[in-house]
Amino acid sequence: MAVDPLIELRDVNKYYGELHVLQDIDLTVGKGEVVVVIGPSGSGKSTLCRTINRLETIQSGTIRLDGQPLPEEGKALAQLRAEVGMVFQSFNLFAHKTVLQNVSLAQVKVRKRKKDEADKRSRELLDRVGLAAHADKFPAQMSGGQQQRVAIARALAMDPKALLFDEPTSALDPEMINEVLEVMQQLARDGMTMVVVTHEMGFARTAADRVVFMADGKIVEDRAPEDFFTHPESERARDFLSKILKH
Amino acid sequence: MNVLTDNISTYWKGFLGTVELTVYASILALVLGFVMASFRVAPVGSFRALGTAWVTVLRNTPLTLLFFAVLLGLPRFGLVLPFTVFAVLALGCYTSAFICEALRSGINTVPKGQGEAARSLGMTFSQTLTTIILPQAFRSVIPPVGSTLIALAKNSAIAGAFSVTELLGTYKTLSELGYNIIWTFVWIALGYLVITLAISAVFNILEKRWGVAR
Repeated sequence: MAVDPLIELRDVNKYYGELHVLQDIDLTVGKGEVVVVIGPSGSGKSTLCRTINRLETIQSGTIRLDGQPLPEEGKALAQLRAEVGMVFQSFNLFAHKTVLQNVSLAQVKVRKRKKDEADKRSRELLDRVGLAAHADKFPAQMSGGQQQRVAIARALAMDPKALLFDEPTSALDPEMINEVLEVMQQLARDGMTMVVVTHEMGFARTAADRVVFMADGKIVEDRAPEDFFTHPESERARDFLSKILKH
Repeated sequence: MNVLTDNISTYWKGFLGTVELTVYASILALVLGFVMASFRVAPVGSFRALGTAWVTVLRNTPLTLLFFAVLLGLPRFGLVLPFTVFAVLALGCYTSAFICEALRSGINTVPKGQGEAARSLGMTFSQTLTTIILPQAFRSVIPPVGSTLIALAKNSAIAGAFSVTELLGTYKTLSELGYNIIWTFVWIALGYLVITLAISAVFNILEKRWGVAR
């Protein structure tokens, strides 16, 4: 699977004070690969996801994107972040802007597109996530599932090389989870490189190329989904799966 | 009643003096407060230190002392300006420290995720601050900024002690002329009420227009 690595983490360590949240993490994500990260709460999976675009800093190790090491703060970091889209658990749509403005803003400010060009692209993307009719609404007027689909459109508008999903469905009502997962499934089929932190085992089984299981700040298993779900190697993973798959 | 009718021009001059002080000092305080608030949340350490020092010094100095320092101190360094300008400087700088803190508390009410989302899209610090954070912070700082400017209007009375024409100072002239001191002060108080209620009205409109919807 190690064709053309897009995201590479080597010996990454991170501490919150005494707490060692990421311990010697090695992870490679190839172009077009979909990697799903699962694990119990507090295992460091969200932190891992957020280090990839440096929303969290690391204490040691290297992170490379498309061969380039992650820059420190400043313009270079901003440019690099534009190449990696991120979708958050709490959507984080800009509350004072309409849906269309949310999707167009960074295209104009960062990609320096003309406003009408950006709006045209935004409408295409909103259409793709099934929300073309809602362009002029404010985020607060939409359901969680709709907001999250707008957030995905907003990330796609930058034409990113990869997308990071930090528990994209965890804040959603059960009936809205599917509409978001369907959009993600479609992206996976279209060959988008994705790192997805989630508790949706169904998504992991059907859409992932690899499943990474984390516990206590370490990557415990990194395997094909079918393998992982039917024959987990570690005691920790067996325990985790038995708890979540019981009901 | 005849305190007012006999001396309407004295009152009017004092009233205008207070309005003038309030308007100019408010503008100065808002501009400086905005700059200092940006400094205090900047990623550059020396800017943050400057903002913190500004707020600490000005917020913790008694206003009367600040007036003494500006009106008597600055001329010693060769800076001679009309007393009204000095009064505006003292009032404006003093109030800017409070405006800065009101703005900063507004910035803190904007959820962290808003800034993170902006940064994750590749926006720079200044783009994030001006297009995402401040417009949302603005909504929640309307009430405290209004209160601060009302306090400024009333604090301007201190300038009267430094021979700047303003509303409270008119009482000296009138009591020398032998008018009833109580009625003199009642009309002065009403004058301040007109100014402070006007500020309240402006901020009520701002809040209706842009305030946080509940």
